[in-house]
Amino acid sequence: MATTRRIRAAGAAVVATALVAGLAACSAPTGGGGGGGAADSVVIGVASEPDTLSPLLGYGKDGNSKIFDGLLARDADLKLKPALAKALPEVDDKGLTYTYTLRDGVKFSDGEPLTAADVVFTYRTILDKKTNNPSRSELDAIKEVRAEGDDKVVFTLKYPYAPFAARTVLPIVPEHVAGGQDPNTGSFNTEPVGTGPYVLTGWSKGEKLTFKANPHYWGGEPKVKKLTMAIVPDDDVRATRLRSGDLDGAVLPPDLAATFTNDKDKKTYRARSYDFRAVTLPTAHKVTGDRAIRRALDAAVDRRAMVDKILDGAGRPAYGPLPVDDPWYTKDVERPQDLAKARRILDEADWKPGADGIRVKDGRRASFTLLYPSGDKVRQDHALAYASDAKKAGIEVKAESATWEVIEPRMKNDAVLAGFGSVGDPDFGLYTLLHSSLAGDGFNNMGHYDNPTVDRALDTGRRSQDRATRKEAYATVQRALVADPGYTFLTHLDHVYVLADRWDGLTTQLEPHEHGFASGPWWNAETWRPKK
Amino acid sequence: MSPLPWGAMARLVGRRALFAVPVLLVVTFGVFAIAAASPFDPVKAYGGTAVLGADQETLDRLRTNLGVDEPFVVRWGRWLAGALTGDLGQSAVLRQPVAQVIGERLVWSTLLCAVAFAVAVVAGTLLGVLAARRPGSWTDRTVTSLAYVLEAAPVFWIALLAVWLFALHLGVLPAAGLTDTASEQVTAGQVARHLVLPAGVLAVSQLPWFTLYVRQGVADALAEEPVRGARARGLGERTVLLGHALRSGLLPVLTLIGSRVPELITGALLVESVFSWPGIAAATVEAATAVDFPLLAALTTLATAAVLAGNLLADLLYGLIDPRVKLDDM
Repeated sequence: MATTRRIRAAGAAVVATALVAGLAACSAPTGGGGGGGAADSVVIGVASEPDTLSPLLGYGKDGNSKIFDGLLARDADLKLKPALAKALPEVDDKGLTYTYTLRDGVKFSDGEPLTAADVVFTYRTILDKKTNNPSRSELDAIKEVRAEGDDKVVFTLKYPYAPFAARTVLPIVPEHVAGGQDPNTGSFNTEPVGTGPYVLTGWSKGEKLTFKANPHYWGGEPKVKKLTMAIVPDDDVRATRLRSGDLDGAVLPPDLAATFTNDKDKKTYRARSYDFRAVTLPTAHKVTGDRAIRRALDAAVDRRAMVDKILDGAGRPAYGPLPVDDPWYTKDVERPQDLAKARRILDEADWKPGADGIRVKDGRRASFTLLYPSGDKVRQDHALAYASDAKKAGIEVKAESATWEVIEPRMKNDAVLAGFGSVGDPDFGLYTLLHSSLAGDGFNNMGHYDNPTVDRALDTGRRSQDRATRKEAYATVQRALVADPGYTFLTHLDHVYVLADRWDGLTTQLEPHEHGFASGPWWNAETWRPKK
Repeated sequence: MSPLPWGAMARLVGRRALFAVPVLLVVTFGVFAIAAASPFDPVKAYGGTAVLGADQETLDRLRTNLGVDEPFVVRWGRWLAGALTGDLGQSAVLRQPVAQVIGERLVWSTLLCAVAFAVAVVAGTLLGVLAARRPGSWTDRTVTSLAYVLEAAPVFWIALLAVWLFALHLGVLPAAGLTDTASEQVTAGQVARHLVLPAGVLAVSQLPWFTLYVRQGVADALAEEPVRGARARGLGERTVLLGHALRSGLLPVLTLIGSRVPELITGALLVESVFSWPGIAAATVEAATAVDFPLLAALTTLATAAVLAGNLLADLLYGLIDPRVKLDDM
């Protein structure tokens, strides 16, 4: 019976292995679990997680990073306010030097004091070509950054850049921690140390990030002591986990958010945004480059219907790149759908209806391809609605889905259903979108839009320090985009959030295209007050 | 009981280890070649959405910094040289050293696979014997048809079904993650609760195969002479079934356990994705879609090693259990 024993021994070995593996797993740190429902802790479900938590690689570059602070920060109305700096920067007459004085007594969460050297280190590392920061070009204007004493930082610019102060919401990292590491791969990417209201306590990649309140925060210790960001990519799963009480709040598509309207314990927040959907009309293409076609398309689209049908009302028609409630928006560009006008424009430009109803000019059919990224339902719906509106004016739009790998090389010649939108300053979004010097520069000015009036106005807006001059310049840009619409702007999306109703003082900001971590009613979780 | 043939076992392990070297070389070379031919753009995977608005200078700079444009043979050579000195390189997409990525995750994947495999082996043997006892009986038919249905069902589908039933509908088990979302610490109790669904699903996906083989093996053995002899000697049905039929019926199953490892790994890949289990699989998916050469190569090496080890283990066991097989001949 020796063999039997061996079989048993083998079975025992398998079980033993399993047990050992189980025990090894159990040796991870143990402690009490947290409970939902308390007002001093909150669990939020977001769709995607940051690639890195190091500002040197781009984390939190637009503020609200929780772990870090910038020299400046933005309030609920996106107005700049001092953060790590004592006051807004002093700017010289030429707009070339910005001087910041640091707040006294600010300490990093490891107890070390913040100094001007940390600020200089942060900016110099990001500007270093070897640092893999994909947003480095946003700091392109900086010629030099240096410390003056322990508490003054001076930026010298290459050219006058009016919106520069808005770039300095960029989070500051401690040199004594991050300085010795490779910024691209060092442990600072996953174990950050900052001055912010929260301290990272754990990051289980693909699952969640946990934060605890920083008791020594210079702005006062947050009332919400524990903050958990759960990564739940699937919309339906996020909604289900919110309903089951596993999550306290989540970002949701409008239709799923609507299922919570009768839930008394939850409140829905609708954040307006700069996040627009537009069709790029490449200049190089014989049809989309034609001004009559562009204007006809602009008149033919029914923006209102797109907002109502595609976005369930959670959005606004986009009459240009800036949303209708932006302070820089020019009201006179507002225009309704006008099919008769679209047909008239085409008639006048000699685009004659062909046998199949599609317009023809000089033997060329008014037809082009519109690419949209596959898997993006909202863009697909926009593309199809656009094609059907265009058809009514006699223009054929062939909507095709593709991955970005396929779209990128074709952006120059084919229309793309694009989505952009930056906050902070009109220059941030508009210059890269429209300036002819950036035509085809990566994802900048994808359609090679080239309009001298727009170029001049963008330059004025970028250089001038005078707000009235700038406002006039951006009004010129918006009007020029109506006269020669190189993009058909369709909608601005609202971002919808559902959150347990346990706190007071919640607001939403006007949000950028990118949203998830820094946006939503939890943009300032550090100032929430528990409801009595 | 005769002493274990340590010498023969050691020689087999040695031979297999030598054989593993060219296999691993070919496999890692293949990974680099396939990754180089992949349509995914590593720069886009690295920068994520930030890159979808970047200028050309930024895209070019990232491309250079990441070393994406070098021929894959060069990169393979450099990776190999590093790996031999114990340096597995840096994962670009996770911004972490590869060794750290694997270290953090291997425990959880091993736990998941070991539990699932153990459950599948035990339950499979049990069901198989039950079905084989009376071939054609009601029990046999139920077990067999259930096994065929489960074998045909894709594992991610079973996983989604399980989430729907146990997590959403009944609300008895957590749907995802290693611990409760609000919890900061990893506690044994929470992990155990969170392990039930993923391990259960993975076990169920492995179960039909074991059941069917055990059933076949035991049923065949029951018809063989030794069993008839045992019955003729008046031994109890229990002794006949477990002592004679199961013992010889398990032999073919044992050899195939090793070949089951690849399927276990791919099954774990899908299960981990569905249940957001923070294991190796999630990293593999990320590494593959991001064309993260060092991470991908290390993970593939790990998977290959697991398969080779599985085969070796099966051979060793077989050699020990079946006296007709000589370890030195394998």
